[in-house]
Amino acid sequence: MDLTLTPKHRALRDEVDAFIAAHRDAAPRPGGGRKRPDRKALDWQALLLEHGYFARTIPREYGGFGAPHDVIELAIIADAFSRASISPGIHNQGISMLVPTLLEVGTEEQKRRWIGPTIRGEVIWCQGYSEPGSGSDLAAAQTRAAVEDGHFVINGQKIWTSSAHFADMMFLLCRTEPDKAKHAGLSYLLLPMNAPGIEVRPLRTMTGRAEFNETFFTDVRVPVDQIVMGRGDGWHVANVTLKYERMLLGDPNKLQQRLEAIRRMMEQPGADGARLLDRAEWRDRLLRLQGEVIAARNHNMRLLTETAEGVDSGLGRFIVKYHGTMLAHRLASLALDVMGSTGLLYEPQGEVAEDDPATTWQIDYMYDIGLIIGGGSSNIQKNIIGERGLGLPREPKAAVPAGRN
Amino acid sequence: MRFGLTEDQGLFGRSLRGFLADRLPLDTLRRLAESGTGFDAELWRGLGELGLHGLLVPEEHGGAGLGMLDAALAAEALGYHAAPAPFAAALVMAVQAFRSAGDAEQQRQWLPRVAAGQARIGLGFAGLAGQTGRAALRLEGGRLSGALDGLMDGGEATHFLAYLADGRAALIEAGAPGVTATLRRSVDRTRALVDLDLAGAAPVALLQSSNDPLAAARRVRDAGRVMLAADTLGAAQNMLDRAVAYANERMQFGRVIGSFQGVKYMCADMATMLEPCRAMVWYAAYAQDAVPEEAAMVASHAKAHLAEVGREVARLATEVHGGMGFTDLLGLHHQFKRITFDRQALGGPERCRHDAAVAQGWIAA
Ligand SMILES: Cc1cc2nc3c(=O)[nH]c(=O)nc-3n(C[C@H](O)[C@H](O)[C@H](O)COP(=O)(O)OP(=O)(O)OC[C@H]3O[C@@H](n4cnc5c(N)ncnc54)[C@H](O)[C@@H]3O)c2cc1C
Repeated sequence: MDLTLTPKHRALRDEVDAFIAAHRDAAPRPGGGRKRPDRKALDWQALLLEHGYFARTIPREYGGFGAPHDVIELAIIADAFSRASISPGIHNQGISMLVPTLLEVGTEEQKRRWIGPTIRGEVIWCQGYSEPGSGSDLAAAQTRAAVEDGHFVINGQKIWTSSAHFADMMFLLCRTEPDKAKHAGLSYLLLPMNAPGIEVRPLRTMTGRAEFNETFFTDVRVPVDQIVMGRGDGWHVANVTLKYERMLLGDPNKLQQRLEAIRRMMEQPGADGARLLDRAEWRDRLLRLQGEVIAARNHNMRLLTETAEGVDSGLGRFIVKYHGTMLAHRLASLALDVMGSTGLLYEPQGEVAEDDPATTWQIDYMYDIGLIIGGGSSNIQKNIIGERGLGLPREPKAAVPAGRN
Repeated sequence: MRFGLTEDQGLFGRSLRGFLADRLPLDTLRRLAESGTGFDAELWRGLGELGLHGLLVPEEHGGAGLGMLDAALAAEALGYHAAPAPFAAALVMAVQAFRSAGDAEQQRQWLPRVAAGQARIGLGFAGLAGQTGRAALRLEGGRLSGALDGLMDGGEATHFLAYLADGRAALIEAGAPGVTATLRRSVDRTRALVDLDLAGAAPVALLQSSNDPLAAARRVRDAGRVMLAADTLGAAQNMLDRAVAYANERMQFGRVIGSFQGVKYMCADMATMLEPCRAMVWYAAYAQDAVPEEAAMVASHAKAHLAEVGREVARLATEVHGGMGFTDLLGLHHQFKRITFDRQALGGPERCRHDAAVAQGWIAA
C-alpha cells in the first residue's frame, strides 16, 4: 500500500483544481449520458481530452492523452471532479464499453478509426444485444447475419436498444454460424445506424421518455471486415464488452457525486430554518451510505491496481455491478426522501434541455431500477458471483414445459 | 504507487493464518473458550514467536516497527480463527497510547516489555468511545478512584490502562492495592470484558505528555476501531468460506444445496457485501499512519460498516448451514460471537458514524 502523493501528484491535483476553478462555467451538468451530447458537452469533452483529464491512458495515436497508467493520477482526477460536482466528461456505451473492448481485442485499423471520434463524443454508439426472446439468456440471440458477396446480410430484431434513436453506430451481437452450438455461433459486428433496412421504433419507459427502442433489421448489409475478432468469436467479444459495462454501471465516482449532492441538500436550511444534517436520524442515513461509498471507492482503487498489474480480480470484479447499482438506487432513494413533497414535481425536458434537480432525481430513482435489470440483472450477477466467483455449481437445466421449445 | 498489499504483507497474513489453523482446531478452540478469559499462555507464546507482541513497537524498543496495516492483517487473521488472544487493546491500542502520549522515559520503560510479551495491558476506553457501562474515574493527589467497565483484553492482564474523561491515561498494575478487577465472561468466550473498581490505586505511569490529550486518546480509539473492523472482516470471511464449502457438499433433493439459487444468492450477497470491506479496512488502517486528515473519519466508518456487514454475514452464513449452523458441533458460532463483540466494543455503529460526522466537520462534537 503506497498512496503517497509524489510532488508530481500534488502538482496534478493543484492543476486539476485550478482547471476546474477556471472553467467550471463551461461544464455541462453531470450525467446526461442518456442524451446526445450537445455543443456544450462536446466542447467540455474536447477541453478535458486536451488536458488529459479524460481518456488519459489511451494512446495518442488513437486520440487519447497517452499518459502511462497511474492509479493515483486517475483517482486524483476523479476525486477533484466529484468534489467539485463537475461533469467528468461523457460516459456512454461507446466510450465506456466499446472503446475498451476495441483496445482489448480490436484490430489496429479499428482502433485508429473508431476510438478518436468516439471519445470526442462525435460518434454515438448503441448496443444491439437483447432480443424479445433473449435477454438474460443473451447467447440465445436469433438475429441472423448471412454472408453474401463480401457482406453480412442481417435480418432480425433487437429490443431495449438504448440511444438507438440518436446513435450513429451499433455494436451488434448476431448469429452468423447457425450450424454451430449456441455460444459458438455468434459474431460481433460494427454497423452504421443509417444503413438501409434498419428501422428504429422508440419505446416509452416508466420515466415518460423514450430512452430505448426496438430495432428491426431487414437485409441490412455490412462489409465482412466490420467484425470484431472473427466469425464465431461474438460471445467472447460480447463478454469483454459486458465486463466494461458492468464496471461502468457500478462506477463509484458516480456514487460519490451523488453522495456529495445529497449532503449539500441536507446542509440547506429547510422552510423551518433547520438543516436535515443536524437531525440525527437523517444524518445517520447519509452516513450509512457514505460508509458504503467509501468501501466501494476503496475497492475500486484495489481493482484498478490489480488491473494495472495484470491480475484478474475475479470475484472482486464480479460483485461491482450488483453492488454499485443497488447502492446507487439507495442513494437516489435518500435524495427523494430529503426533498420530500417538493421533490415530487416532475417536468422532464425531453432530449434537449437540462432537467431540474427534482426531476433528475426522480428519473435517476426510476432509471436505477433499469440499470439493476440491464447489463445482466442482479440475479444474473448473483449467478456469476456464486458460480464463477465462489465456485458453486450451476443450476441444473430444467425441462422445457410441454408444448414449448 | 499502488492500492494493495506488499508481497511481505500477503505472506505475513497467510503464515499467521496457517499458524492459527494449526494451533486452533475446533476441539482446542472449544476448550480454550470455556474459561472465557480470552487468553491462553501457550497460544500467546506462539504468537510472540511470530513477532505479534512487538509488531507495532518501534525497533529501538525491541519491536518490529511495522504499521497499522500489518496490525490489521494480524487482527483479520485472529478474527478468522476466533483466536483467544489479546490483541486490539493489548498490542495495538496500548502501544499507540504510549507512542502518542507517553514521554520518552515511559516509552523506554514499557514498550520493550510489551514487545517481550511480559506486559499485557488491558485497556479501558469506555467513556471516550461511547461504550456503555460505568465510566467515572477521579485522579486526586496521584491516586485513582472510581469505576470503569468493559476493559478490553483484560482477562489475565498484567496491567490496566484506564482512560480518564480528559484524555489522559493511567497505567495501573493488576493486583495492586486498591485495584479490584472483575472478569466478566462475554458472549464471545474468546474475549472477556473486565470491570474495574478503584479505591485510591496508585498508577505506575500517567500518560499525559501530549499537548492535546483528547486528540491523542481519539487516535488510540481509532486504532482500536480499525482493529475491530479487521477482526470482523476475518470472522465474516471465515463464515462465508465455510458457508460456500458447506453449500458445495450438503445434498438435499438429490443435489448439492449450492446449486439452488436461493442458497447461491445468500452466498453471492455475502460476498458482494464483504468483498469491498477488504479494501476499506486496508485503507482505514493505512490512513492511520499515512493520511492523518482522513484517519479519524475512515476508522469510524470502517468500524460501523463492518459491524453492519458482519451482522448480515453472520446471520446468512449460519442460515446456509441449516440446523447444523445452529449447533455447537460446527463451531461456526465462535465467529458469529466475535462479530457480535466487535460491534459493541469501542462504540456501536451509530456512535461510530456520529464520530465520522464530527471528524469531517458536519456537526460539532
Ligand atoms: C434501462 C435499460 C436499458 C437497456 N439498454 C439496453 C441496450 O442498450 N442494449 C441491449 O441490448 N439491451 C439493453 N437492455 C436490456 C437488458 O440487457 C435486459 O433487459 C436484461 O438483460 C434482462 O433481460 P430481459 O429484459 O429479457 O428479462 P428476462 O431475462 O426475461 O428476466 C426477467 C427476470 O427473470 C430473471 N432471470 C432470468 N434468467 C434468470 C436466471 N437464470 N436466474 C435467475 N433469474 C433469472 C431476471 O433476473 C429478471 O428478474 C436495457 C434494459 C434496461 C432496463
